[in-house]
Amino acid sequence: MLEIKSLKLTLNGKPVINDLSLEVKGGKIHGLLGVNGTGKTTLASLIMGISYPDEGNIIFEGHDITQCTISQRARMGITLAWQEPARFEGLSVGEYLKVSRNLSSSEIESYLWMVGLPPKEYLNRAVDVSLSGGERKRVELASVLAMKPKVAILDEPDSGIDVVSLPHIMNGIAQMSKQGSGVLLITHSEEAVGVANEVSIMCAGKIINSGQPQEMCQWFRDNCQTCVHIGEPDYKGV
Amino acid sequence: MILPKGKFDPKGQIVVKEYEAMLEAYSRAGGNLGALKSKEVGNLVIHKNKVLSANEAEGIKVETEETETGVNIYFLIEEGAKIKYPVHLCFGVLPEEGLQEITLRVEAQANSEIDVIAHCIFPNAVDVIHKMDADINIGDNAKFSYRETHYHGEFGGIKVIPKAKIRVGKKGIWESTFALIEGCVGMLDYDFEIFGEEKSNCELMVKVSGKKEDDISIVEKIHLDGKEARGLAKSRLVLNDNAKAVVRGETYGNAPLARGHVDCLEIVNGEGVIARAIPVVYVNDKQAKVTHEAAIGSIDKKQMQTLMARGLSEEEAVDVIVRGILK
Repeated sequence: MLEIKSLKLTLNGKPVINDLSLEVKGGKIHGLLGVNGTGKTTLASLIMGISYPDEGNIIFEGHDITQCTISQRARMGITLAWQEPARFEGLSVGEYLKVSRNLSSSEIESYLWMVGLPPKEYLNRAVDVSLSGGERKRVELASVLAMKPKVAILDEPDSGIDVVSLPHIMNGIAQMSKQGSGVLLITHSEEAVGVANEVSIMCAGKIINSGQPQEMCQWFRDNCQTCVHIGEPDYKGV
Repeated sequence: MILPKGKFDPKGQIVVKEYEAMLEAYSRAGGNLGALKSKEVGNLVIHKNKVLSANEAEGIKVETEETETGVNIYFLIEEGAKIKYPVHLCFGVLPEEGLQEITLRVEAQANSEIDVIAHCIFPNAVDVIHKMDADINIGDNAKFSYRETHYHGEFGGIKVIPKAKIRVGKKGIWESTFALIEGCVGMLDYDFEIFGEEKSNCELMVKVSGKKEDDISIVEKIHLDGKEARGLAKSRLVLNDNAKAVVRGETYGNAPLARGHVDCLEIVNGEGVIARAIPVVYVNDKQAKVTHEAAIGSIDKKQMQTLMARGLSEEEAVDVIVRGILK
């Protein structure tokens, strides 16, 4: 469904995305695991069209969308949930969920329930600073669910989330794949990638290993947790 | 919102009944016609210097005096009266030219509660001046909520000069919102000053959408004179084209445990826009605290990208953000 082919991006003379290739399939969750500063959020920006690569291609359903704008990509069915979602003064949760398409009240309510937010309490709340970080992230996930995207890029939906909110976030992600969306789940948490069908490990702008979640988590523990690697990946056996 | 042509002759002589024309304009501006017709709801309709309708709801006394250029209004809310329905005020100048000077004296006696909704309608203004000079006393433990919404035409030929001095008694509450987001502002010179006594709560909010050659000046001053008084001076402006705006939000913490905040946001959305914000925070009591935040700039990039990632075009995203800010 979504293919990233040999993507490269250099910023200030430093390779940030370094010949990266990846595939996200419909209805599947692809976990992208990596420590801070490995280029995960930059990759999300490139896929969404917030920035553009120096080289390589992004192919979606057979079409090269590398030069498409954010809006064009979104209308094709790609969306992004930010690590720190924007706040909107004067926009209610209900209105925010309806931004991408017309929804009935019951549909809006069902999406809020999917992320564990009681509609009565949240429907008319503003998507502004009055929401906690966890609430805002859950609203963001509900809004992605409401869009029914073909591919959702979720940038660290679990970071800064308390133990009460986390199961709701994970449920929202599972719902996305159930409704047929391909999910690129970006995280540095081993627990979060437990819901993934496949996991890739990213380091210094490159995919350095891919495989089953359990196997990759073990590999991540063995190779990455003490690593402060910046520059070209040089792992043994990679 | 512009009335059909033919209802006025070029000199501004109204050829239909003024009251009907005001009601029609009020309705087009989104006003609640039922409220103006109901005997249970207090209302006051003034066109230029003529009082067209006045209805005193229970607990309210209204006296009016027509002058050459406007109307003097004395408005009393009796002690302990809790006014059930919002009182509706409708002021306007319907012809292209005119002057309207409203002098408003308000006495909200102790323990009273009222919600006032004012519509100011100038749909055809080419050369219109609307002045309001208000002197308002909110008694101890009284609550006064005032929402003033303006409906202007697209010609920009209007000067709006609302000035108010408000005194809020002990534990009293004043909340006001001034909104001018329909049509061209023209020239706006808004100046509200409020003095809060012990444990009072004083909130001033202004929302303005400026465009073309609009010239906007906003002054919000809050004096927190009583112990534990609270104040918020908030403004939200969206400026397009060549609009100019200066916002001065001042809060003075003059008493122990007084708390105040000045919050100004101006969105610059045009090449010729000039926006200024001058927050003044002043404290002369060691236990008082006053804070401020002022932001001037273009629309937040991340907000734009977020909405575009949901499929909105750039223009649609701007529209959603601006509507939210001015909501």
